[in-house]
Amino acid sequence: MISTESRGLVLDEKLLFEQSQPGRIGYSIAALDVPAVLPESKLLRDDISGFPELSEVDVVRHYTRLSTWNYGVDSGFYPLGSCTMKYNPKVNEAAARLPGFSDLHPHAPDNFSQGALELMYNLQCDLGEVSGFPAMTLQPAAGAQGEFAGMLMIRAWQEAKGEKRNKVIIPDTAHGTNPASAALCGYEVITVPSDGVLSKEAVAAVMDDDVAALMVTNPNTLGLFEADIREICDLVHERGGLVYSDGANLNALMGISRPGDLGIDVMHFNLHKTFSTPHGGGGPGSGPVGVVEKLKPFLPVPFVVQDGDGYKLEYNCPQSIGRMKSFFGHFSILVRAYSYILSMGGTGLKQATELAVLNANYIRARLEGEFDLPYKQRSLHEVVFSEDGLHNDCHTLDVAKRLIDYGYHPPTIYFPLVVHGALMIEPTETESRQSIDEFCDAMLAIAAEAKNSPELLKQAPVRAKVKRLDEATAARKPKLRWNS
Amino acid sequence: MRYLPHTDVEIQQMLDTIGVSSIEELFSGVPEECRLKRPLDLPVGKSESELLGFLRELSLKNITVSTCDSFLGGGAYNHFIPAVVDHLVSRSEFYTAYTPYQPEISQGTLQAIFEFQTLICQLTGMDVANASMYDGASACAEAVLLTVRAGKKRKKVLLSETLPPQYRETVATYCRYLDIELIIIAHANGVTDTAKLQTLLDDQVAAVVVGYPNYFGQVEDLAAIAELTHAVGARLVATVAEPLSLALFKSPGELGADVVVGEGQSFGIPMSYGGPGIGFFAVRKKDMRVLPGRLVGETVDQDGKRGFVLTLATREQHIRREKATSNICSNQGMCILMVSIYLALHGKQGLRSLAELNYAKAAYAKEKIGQLDGFEIAFSGESFNEFVVTCPESPTVLRQRLEQQGILAGIDLVKDYSALENGLLVCVTEQNNREQIDRLTDALAGGDL
Repeated sequence: MISTESRGLVLDEKLLFEQSQPGRIGYSIAALDVPAVLPESKLLRDDISGFPELSEVDVVRHYTRLSTWNYGVDSGFYPLGSCTMKYNPKVNEAAARLPGFSDLHPHAPDNFSQGALELMYNLQCDLGEVSGFPAMTLQPAAGAQGEFAGMLMIRAWQEAKGEKRNKVIIPDTAHGTNPASAALCGYEVITVPSDGVLSKEAVAAVMDDDVAALMVTNPNTLGLFEADIREICDLVHERGGLVYSDGANLNALMGISRPGDLGIDVMHFNLHKTFSTPHGGGGPGSGPVGVVEKLKPFLPVPFVVQDGDGYKLEYNCPQSIGRMKSFFGHFSILVRAYSYILSMGGTGLKQATELAVLNANYIRARLEGEFDLPYKQRSLHEVVFSEDGLHNDCHTLDVAKRLIDYGYHPPTIYFPLVVHGALMIEPTETESRQSIDEFCDAMLAIAAEAKNSPELLKQAPVRAKVKRLDEATAARKPKLRWNS
Repeated sequence: MRYLPHTDVEIQQMLDTIGVSSIEELFSGVPEECRLKRPLDLPVGKSESELLGFLRELSLKNITVSTCDSFLGGGAYNHFIPAVVDHLVSRSEFYTAYTPYQPEISQGTLQAIFEFQTLICQLTGMDVANASMYDGASACAEAVLLTVRAGKKRKKVLLSETLPPQYRETVATYCRYLDIELIIIAHANGVTDTAKLQTLLDDQVAAVVVGYPNYFGQVEDLAAIAELTHAVGARLVATVAEPLSLALFKSPGELGADVVVGEGQSFGIPMSYGGPGIGFFAVRKKDMRVLPGRLVGETVDQDGKRGFVLTLATREQHIRREKATSNICSNQGMCILMVSIYLALHGKQGLRSLAELNYAKAAYAKEKIGQLDGFEIAFSGESFNEFVVTCPESPTVLRQRLEQQGILAGIDLVKDYSALENGLLVCVTEQNNREQIDRLTDALAGGDL
């Protein structure tokens, strides 16, 4: 925790464009070793108006200073629920930068790319072992694109059987991407209420022959294992539907339970969550999708297969849903995830899950007395409190902003929607007991402040680069670029 | 395990606080019949030195642009990356942060995205750019969806045959179950056939999508296409796979494009076997509220100090759910930084000089190959970096012969363009020096190295 003795030096920094000096340069370009020639002049543009002109030092200082205004996992504890903000190992960064990987051209023929293809093939197998799915695509660029690919495969499988179904069932605890991805496949979304966990009865009540699939997240966004999942899968299968699982919370299950063994037909992974690849300030992520055998013919093309002693990209797949993106996936992210799996081994992955669940339950035990816990079942990797019980009209947002003053990134707030003023905390396994204790102390101190000096919460944060920002005006009068 | 900080004593103390006797008890919510009853069948964890040794070996099985002479382009370009780029993006305050939902402690990411949006607007000649998409192909697909959304009842989209095949295929995937009719416009002499385009245009067309430069490296007459497109009230989507060209040629915005999307990999992002790259996405002001993806806007804090926030979120999936403009919830943050740093270093003058250098190198190669017996330059118009060579024999055979000599001569076009059975797409950038280009032409001519 940042003590009251902490002092910071926060320096301001103008935009690139505001620092620009005509004629200043920050580049060096090789001399021309061929005759100089230009296209015909009517095709040429004038200079790029407003484009910056800076020195190398200007640019280095600029981005270095910007970085100091950020808070990352390397800055401190980042208990952002459902995002699995675990430590991003540095050796993975080194692995991704090996020139044999980073300088490989995607149009290089297979005989020039055997190392990359072998890595992708092995990663497919390893993810299959963790999840229980026999077939895999590594192509989707992120979780949301993985969902989209998975739902497209479901639709393609059903249509190949001559069935046209129009609805998808999604519980009210789901991530917003689930309904958005289903809609992209032309499906109508049926929201089903859950009381913490999804019941067979609730699914049975909306399941009919027009339902293509059920989309579930397991454990769900309350951190609860969907205990009826096997029977729910049976129920959906009996009526000709398939079950999609959002793998966002796979960090709670490694070595404990495999979605592919439970009756789930399709699941996407978030390599940037469970498999330690960096979130990068919003991306790039990576969202491989595992499927059961019968969906294999519908995987996106190309995918990697064994070919004699080597490997090749397979394009010949007539029932495939097609291509999701330019090439084969976020390869350098795949390298990082593979590096993580190799570092952890099977035992290490299970241990990671166990300690992630231990950490979350420890936070729950320490905070349960002061913060309202609406769902009291045994939870796994994350815990969700509500804002009920906060004193003096203090809300979740105020707690979140006050945590910033204590030196923490806030938890996920106001999600899932089923919890009033949700504070969703996911510590992950890479936090020590000390860092979690300090965070809990800060949370308890904030609860006390809400009682005794609520203004501290209302005006927070006061120690960050900026105070609370006027988001309403930003949306009403959007200023989305710099203008001279 | 070095990433797991817990000692046995601490684990016991934590279990005591929770009030359970074992870690196993914490999993009591997972029914017995849902349990995996055996250990995961994965090897034991490797030490850091073993791991790096193993991965290095694997990486050396690849033959890369640094270990052979490469003339491959086709949507991924071999440009030099200044050392500053990787040095700065390796600052972990950037790469270990999440999407900037908490603006007070994310001003670094937010200001960088705001600057990126501005740089993209300046390059493309457009009003508004978003905080990026996955890559050029998916940005192109999202652009098609935008034009149909904005085009009210219009359901037809015309795709030029000269768009990168990967982009056309991705668009087809995205539109698979939506009520959108995709129609291909044939090419003539390597560019979109405007006579054919004219016959396809009607008041049901939401958009015309063309590459600029296109997959053959040819520079399309965007102004003419824009005029035809606008005459029926449709939108023109310009797709830029090699954005370095924008430093040299007139911007798509200036030529009348309504939406400009593309791939930013050329600007400081390693090729990494095709990913991650970054999709950029720019529109006119009128389409601002139907944009997919994240947007960063400028505002002020309680003290009136400038700051940046994610904005116009009511378009997005976490609020609108199935009614959202897209299901995307990421931006390519790390790649945004690479592109912005690269562009800031090169600046107004450097980017133009680099584009001119690339143009001159490709022109030199084009001329030399065009003079070889039996070889012809397939199309006559202007091109940038890439051009199509008609070979005297199957490019597959030719390509394999040159591979033996450590040269990747180009991309065989016949798989995607059956009419170009002897077509080879050759790409030359500043990374190819004159000796390399001369070796390529000698090897094509059948000479020994």
